[in-house]
Amino acid sequence: MAIVEALDLPDEVGHHLMHMGIVPEARIVVIRRAPAGDPTVYYIDGFEIALRRETARFIRVRAIEEDH
Amino acid sequence: MSDCCTTATVDIKVEPRVPGKIRTVALIGPPNSGKSTLFNRLTGLRQKVANYPGVTVEQHFGKLSGIGRGELTLIDLPGIYSLDSYSEDSRVAVDVLHGEMPGTPAPDAVLLVLDSLHLRRQLMLAAPVLSLSLPTLVLLNMSDLMETRGGEVDTLALAQELGVPVAKISATRGTGLDAITHFLDRKSEVVQPRSPSKLELPVVGNARSYRQWATGISTRTKYKAPLSSEWTRKLDRILLHRIGGPLLFLAVVISVFQVVFSIGQPLSNTFGNLLNAAGARVGTFLGHGWFESLLIDGIWRGVASVLVFLPQILLLFLFIGVLEDSGYLARAALIADRVMRSIGLNGKAFIPLLSAYACAVPAIMATRTIENKRDRFATILVAPFMTCSARLPIYLLMIAAFIPNKPLIGDFFGLRAAVMLSLYLMGFLAALLTARLLKSSILKAASAPFILELPQYRLPTLRSLGLRVIDRGKVFLKQAGTIILCVTVVLWILSHIPFHATLPGSLIGRVGQWIEPVIRPLGFTWKIGIGLLSSIIAREVIVGTLGTLYGADPATQSLSLQAALRHELTLGGAMALVVFFAFAMQCTSTLAIVRRETNSWKWPALQFAYMSVLAYLAALATNQLITHLF
Repeated sequence: MAIVEALDLPDEVGHHLMHMGIVPEARIVVIRRAPAGDPTVYYIDGFEIALRRETARFIRVRAIEEDH
Repeated sequence: MSDCCTTATVDIKVEPRVPGKIRTVALIGPPNSGKSTLFNRLTGLRQKVANYPGVTVEQHFGKLSGIGRGELTLIDLPGIYSLDSYSEDSRVAVDVLHGEMPGTPAPDAVLLVLDSLHLRRQLMLAAPVLSLSLPTLVLLNMSDLMETRGGEVDTLALAQELGVPVAKISATRGTGLDAITHFLDRKSEVVQPRSPSKLELPVVGNARSYRQWATGISTRTKYKAPLSSEWTRKLDRILLHRIGGPLLFLAVVISVFQVVFSIGQPLSNTFGNLLNAAGARVGTFLGHGWFESLLIDGIWRGVASVLVFLPQILLLFLFIGVLEDSGYLARAALIADRVMRSIGLNGKAFIPLLSAYACAVPAIMATRTIENKRDRFATILVAPFMTCSARLPIYLLMIAAFIPNKPLIGDFFGLRAAVMLSLYLMGFLAALLTARLLKSSILKAASAPFILELPQYRLPTLRSLGLRVIDRGKVFLKQAGTIILCVTVVLWILSHIPFHATLPGSLIGRVGQWIEPVIRPLGFTWKIGIGLLSSIIAREVIVGTLGTLYGADPATQSLSLQAALRHELTLGGAMALVVFFAFAMQCTSTLAIVRRETNSWKWPALQFAYMSVLAYLAALATNQLITHLF
């Protein structure tokens, strides 16, 4: 589990992702990887979104402890 | 081309907005909010599809007869997350809402659909929509599901926060829709302009402030998000399994292909025979003459050659509908993404390209699931390289006539099958290379990331599947039908001028002889040339044309078509012909649908030129190679 810090992406992409819920301070969890290893499925704000590594690596996050 | 070939015109009257009177209602909502289901529910079958002028965004509109208000027009806007003009979809939505879209009446009221399962995120669209100050009704869709999964929201508090009425509905079940009738009734009496000053709306265009605004409202209205469905996670554990996932995906793909091919093809043939029989029947009443010939040999046969695709198209869209509505299509895109990336496309292009093996027309229509315009156009441009079923008649004929049935690996894989397989491979490779070429040149995309939302699994409803199939069927018939009609009439006239001329003496026959020097290096004769020209309508037409030509020639009259071909062509010429068909764009229906989907003649023209040049060069190489080798 991690907290989104910032999106270092071009405005067009960044805004699109933010409207989908990937905003600073949102919790993001990796759920699974596609069978080929990429893209990865993330869980954020009640829904699942798949991003390729080439996009996801520009989303800065800070890791937090899993709260069980 | 003349006026009859342009896309269908939209016949909605543009009337000035009269204060206090509702004529037109706009339906808006984010993707996956169930907006299309609601649109279908509200309009029933009385809906029309067209393209907005100048863009590739499809315009759906209909009469609100589903709730007994048939005098009102409902416009369905594209599913969007925001009104910021980053995408063509949002620009269209903004133009329509402001009444600035040519040919579309300005809406007098807005229905905003939000998925109540993800209200916090979906509320972000409410801010820009409310700032328009149009009478608005907010519809919380899928509220039945939200409540059964333990979600809650105080609609009264939400209505106060937003300053507009809010209603809980379920578009799938059709519950809560009377709120829309009440809203429209009340609004048609007196429209009270809302004062947006009372509302604290976030800074326009700033996703972060929209987000904070939406979060604040969700908290104040005691919104409790429902638990996500256990089913989706459990199913994904199997359907996206590292080994099981791709295997199941392959099984799904093979069965779709198999059914469209093995059930759709015979259905198409039967349908085609029925159409021809009906044409012949009508012909007997008309007697012999030029009118009968134009009507039956020209128009009827030409239009029937397009209509035969209908069963396959409907079947394919039924499957795509099931895959999309259930939520599996997104998983398929996820699995196929890695492979598609290697040719510069993304996973969403896989299903359309696969469908092109049956027929490029529905495949091109299916590219609508690809949001990125450049990726979508690249997919549209390479789809006709996939070996469609219309290529099979000429492949089967030439292979049977020229290739001996020599076993290669035991009895089950012979030389004929090998030639057939290499033709399939050739088309596939041409598609791959062309996609790469396009994506690194004219359709190069700087920042087009692959963003895929994985919706929860749902059971598709028969109603929505039925409407979807009917909708696509209508689009196909209207668009491809009008253009094919023009082309068949033109070709018929060309082959009957001068009056009473035989085919070689007709205009088209002379053109065939005139182009003979150009096609001779490919090993083709002028009769093949006429076949190529006539098959611009549809690939399978060449078999019929050659049949007529050899039947009319005293030298080959007594021979079967296969024997006549062997009499006329060398092995090199015969193989060059099938290679030509593997690459050439011999299909007016496809050109018409590309024109419609890209909203410009530029792309079909480019596609036709590129594929024709490629086909010519490949056929030339084939003929020269085979002639020198054997």
